[in-house]
Amino acid sequence: MADMTNTTPYSSARQATEPPLKRFFRATEIDTRLLGMVGALLIIWVGFQLLTDGLFLTPRNLWNLTVQTSSVAVMATGMVLIIVTRNIDLSVGSVLGFCGIVMGVLQAKILPQYLGLDSTQIWVIALVCGVIVGGAIGALHGVIIAFFSVPSFIVTLGGLLVWRGATWFVTSGQTVAPMNPTFRLMGGGTEGSIGATASWIVGLLACVAVIAALLKARQQRKRFGFPRRPVWAEYFLAVISCGLVLGAVAVANSYYWPINIARKYADANGITWPETGLLIPHGIAIPVLMAIAVGIVMTFVATRLRFGRYVFAIGGNPEAAELAGIKTRWVTVRIFALMGVLCAIAAAISTARLNAATNAQGELDELYTIAAAVIGGTSLAGGTGTIAGAMLGALVMQSLQSGMVLLGIDSPLQRIVVGVVLVVAVWLDTVYRARAR
Amino acid sequence: MTNTNTPLVEMKNISISFGGIHAVDNASIDLFPGEVVALLGHNGAGKSTLIKILSGAYRRDAGEIFINGTPSDINNPRDAKKYGIETIYQTLAVADNVDAAANLYLGRELRTAWGTLDDVAMEAKTREVMGRLNPNFQRFKEPVKALSGGQRQSVAIARAILFDARILIMDEPTAALGPQETAQVGELILQLKREGIGIFLISHDIHDVFDLADRVFVMKNGRVVGHARTQDVTKDEVLGMIILGKVPPNAISGPGAMQVA
Repeated sequence: MADMTNTTPYSSARQATEPPLKRFFRATEIDTRLLGMVGALLIIWVGFQLLTDGLFLTPRNLWNLTVQTSSVAVMATGMVLIIVTRNIDLSVGSVLGFCGIVMGVLQAKILPQYLGLDSTQIWVIALVCGVIVGGAIGALHGVIIAFFSVPSFIVTLGGLLVWRGATWFVTSGQTVAPMNPTFRLMGGGTEGSIGATASWIVGLLACVAVIAALLKARQQRKRFGFPRRPVWAEYFLAVISCGLVLGAVAVANSYYWPINIARKYADANGITWPETGLLIPHGIAIPVLMAIAVGIVMTFVATRLRFGRYVFAIGGNPEAAELAGIKTRWVTVRIFALMGVLCAIAAAISTARLNAATNAQGELDELYTIAAAVIGGTSLAGGTGTIAGAMLGALVMQSLQSGMVLLGIDSPLQRIVVGVVLVVAVWLDTVYRARAR
Repeated sequence: MTNTNTPLVEMKNISISFGGIHAVDNASIDLFPGEVVALLGHNGAGKSTLIKILSGAYRRDAGEIFINGTPSDINNPRDAKKYGIETIYQTLAVADNVDAAANLYLGRELRTAWGTLDDVAMEAKTREVMGRLNPNFQRFKEPVKALSGGQRQSVAIARAILFDARILIMDEPTAALGPQETAQVGELILQLKREGIGIFLISHDIHDVFDLADRVFVMKNGRVVGHARTQDVTKDEVLGMIILGKVPPNAISGPGAMQVA
């Protein structure tokens, strides 16, 4: 079967001499670095599972973990592009705070005067305004960095102070609450989850998409006569990805509503309370869906669009990019504007989850975001990084924190551990890169 | 080479200074179709600076550029590319972290009907062009930093010829290469010349370029010492121009020539 093997003599000759494990990775084209991160995550999970006597790997904790991760994960996707171009954004936490308070004031104080308290338009208007504000702040940072040649470190360090101060001024430091009921769905919780049936549908759609993408890629390679993966590798990838997706849905669906809420729901809908208790699955939380959607869009932007190509080219060699005729300054402005938009989306998730907008919202998030991107394999020297890695990095950070909370470790010690892990992770990455060269 | 038709490129009385230092001072050079012109001079003679004005990397303070006899406005690399001017830089201006296809099409990516990058089409074309230039080249999926100097050079050259350049500028094209690769680049230059492309070769080493060039221009301290057809002068005479600014009888002297008392 001609289809089974690669068509060029070069790769098949190489394959024959390789040890099986290396051949496996070459055939499946799995990023070993990403796999290493998944391994690290599993070690952390299993470790905490043992230390907490089985409290960590429960549907409830895993579900909460994903919800807690989503806000930082959203911002980490943008931070990848920023760090790839050899910049840094220290202001994301403060921009999150500012966007959050703007959205909070809009939906709690201003919009209800015109639309009534329960209007469903409120959340859309609030979110859109927040996104515009975030994008404008990011664009402003970008313009100062690109056109006034002020280093991004300084511009966003200034931004860190300016926007935190501005957050305070919007309400003179008062907390704004509660949020609009529809807006609150973005924060997760029993209401903000899509339930079992919808979760299965999302999971199946994802499986279909994965298989379609694999088929399409294979077809394209065939059309142009490029080397293809062996068929067994394609099947392996399809089975593993679909298994992971459906497994995650199964976990989300086996976390049930708390009894009190389920009882209220039963009373309200005239359902008789069964002897065994009413088990209503949460399903996938809306903020998690949002984060996944952002991750997919950002991966698309980074790998499939010209803009993404320019971002990486600038990171690899700014001079070459400029000489190739790329408008590097505008690309920088667009990267920072995109970061601002992502901060606003993260702010929506975070304010909705808290059901309030406070002037301390997002404090230290810039550090978690940068740490997530860096742990996820984004090199501070520029030019390398992946969106998926950064989101996984965010999950690693949140897993550590969540596990330590379950263990009852004091928060000062938590910070020490997170700090040490960050340094060790980057050191390991440096070692890996040095060996890979 | 007949000098009667219009030159492909004519740079007239170009000057540029950086903070009071005249990097290029009243320099004029020209290039005809199908001609290879070597631009020689010591490091810091201003040859790279002069040519970067043509490729749009620097903006001139004074002077004019004519392409095919018409005055042309070149303010940035994009303008230069519009005139069919492609440059291969001394520093091999490639983005190290992306693959060959991405580098070939950098700034001019092919896109699908959806506006997304058409990577497959770009890779197919890259395989075709690279197959012509360097048939041994197979590492299409790897970042350019994994390639050898010669392979990187062929990527840089492929990028220039991919878009039907009419004027090719090569800044120290063989500086990073071994003898075999240098010979390859030499053959490539002759091939491009036959296709009617005008080529500027910039070098501080006369041996690299003397046999390839039809004419030489020599620069010293930002000024043009003079120019000559390579068949009219010897290597030693050109060396005299480079080192002393002494213009031999068969060469045409420029503003930078040594004044004989």
